[in-house]
Amino acid sequence: MENKTLSLDEQFQKRIDNGENIEAKDWMPEKYRKTHIRQISQHAHSEVVGMLPEGNWISRAPSLRRKVALLAKVQDEAGHGLYLYSAAETLGITRDQLMEQLNSGRAKYSSIFNYPTVSWADMGAVGWLVDGAAIINQVMLTKTSYGPYARAMVRICKEESFHQRQGYEIMLSLCNGTEAQKAMAQDALNRWWWPSMMMFGPRDEDSPNTEQSMKWKIKKKTNDELRQQFVDQTVPQAEILGLTIPDKDLKWNDERGHYDFGILDWEEFWNVVKGNGLMNEKRLKDRNAAWDEGAWVREAAYTYASKQAEKRAKKTA
Amino acid sequence: MLQEKLYEYLLHLGDNSMILGQRLGELCGHGPELETDIALTNISLDLFGQVRNYFQAAAQIKGGDATEDTIAMLRYEHEYKNVYLVEQPNDDFAHVIVRQFFFDVYHQLLLNELIKSKNETLVAIAKKSIKEVDYHVDFSSTWVKRLGDGTEVSHEKMQTAVNTLWRYSMELFNATEVEQWAAESGVGPDLDALKPFYISRVEEVLHEATLTLPEETVFQYGAKTGRHSENMGYILVDFQYMQRAYPNMKW
Repeated sequence: MENKTLSLDEQFQKRIDNGENIEAKDWMPEKYRKTHIRQISQHAHSEVVGMLPEGNWISRAPSLRRKVALLAKVQDEAGHGLYLYSAAETLGITRDQLMEQLNSGRAKYSSIFNYPTVSWADMGAVGWLVDGAAIINQVMLTKTSYGPYARAMVRICKEESFHQRQGYEIMLSLCNGTEAQKAMAQDALNRWWWPSMMMFGPRDEDSPNTEQSMKWKIKKKTNDELRQQFVDQTVPQAEILGLTIPDKDLKWNDERGHYDFGILDWEEFWNVVKGNGLMNEKRLKDRNAAWDEGAWVREAAYTYASKQAEKRAKKTA
Repeated sequence: MLQEKLYEYLLHLGDNSMILGQRLGELCGHGPELETDIALTNISLDLFGQVRNYFQAAAQIKGGDATEDTIAMLRYEHEYKNVYLVEQPNDDFAHVIVRQFFFDVYHQLLLNELIKSKNETLVAIAKKSIKEVDYHVDFSSTWVKRLGDGTEVSHEKMQTAVNTLWRYSMELFNATEVEQWAAESGVGPDLDALKPFYISRVEEVLHEATLTLPEETVFQYGAKTGRHSENMGYILVDFQYMQRAYPNMKW
């Protein structure tokens, strides 16, 4: 009897609480739809912008084997972008609109890609740390309430964990190599450590959306919990490599059963989010150039397809 | 002596795929849409996969410390045997597609002959590669038609690219001494005999794309024998950078 008096919002929440997936054609609160468009498209944009810092090293990869692996990795990122844009499109927005939001700077993407990749070791560090941090977020998303997003994440996670191992293996080769190679690896860790820690977002007390996101199962753990998980999992990996994590406050805390770590530079975090990182402008410029210079290609493909359809129609008429 | 010739012939085969793969690799993340980025990266991957097969075989012949990487990355510019066509820059998507198409049609004809080679290694590589290259031909031919017969703008851009790049096409069939040796000894095809098939296939697709070959063309020859264009040095600056800056290291 009680069920009858539940509002649409309450029924919706009940479905989520029962662990049901929400599908594209199901009723959903407008805020749920908008939040998902924002989050899925930010994720898609991150994959696509993320192709640029790694694409930067394809032409200079040090061996054929590494070049092939890097090409395959960047190709995977493009594929992830595709699934995610498709997932976002199920919520009633087009790819062109999404690209426009990215290119105009209105949509965000992961700030990590506004840092430069300046050495080959960065291909190792990005795979190991950046993909490592991304997986922690993404594994959680395989169980998120929105079906198309959750299913895309299952596939993405498989490939990401392969990328992370590949990145770690690049680091391992460098650390087993010459002094110059070890120095290159340490330098990359020094530059990527803190930005990777920032990938989990602001501290919990500065993250107002967390509560709603947890209710909708977009999130199952808070930013700070995920960050802790990343530190705990990464410190032993750095030890195997023989590299030093650039944090003088990093130490094991027996009582907590976790590593303690230093305070993140939140001023830098917000600066990069607001567009003032070293590469923000260049990344957007490159995306805009690709889109604008490709306009005639997309238009031609569309026109050709229409002409072909007309021809087929005439034949069958 | 025979092994030396075979080594040189492997370089001919590998260098074209390698330099074209390198050019395609530069584009990653900068294409007109995600689907074309994925496809062109995939073609680059296929080409580098083939290069690794050719150069692993070459390294075995050379012996000593030679590896696929020393062969790929530690030669001087004049020792690379790729044609002018593949070193042409990614001026715009039309040039990328036409360059790909002109190469793919040749590549498919070549591999279909290499399947019948007297050299077993080449047969094995060709059998594996031909499946990939059939797809490359399909991809580039489709795009030639789409853009040639798309809008006025795309048609014009494609015709410009055809006019610019056609002059580099016949070098593919201009056999060097080593390629002549390969043809005579049954290791590789008689390139001259492939030429009419090439021209007719190219014309067929261009016709459907409402494009035409330029009426008078002064063809360019020389890259195969080591006289490259100004592009090549810059390609190698990137391609060889790590091996030159950090010599004798494992990656």
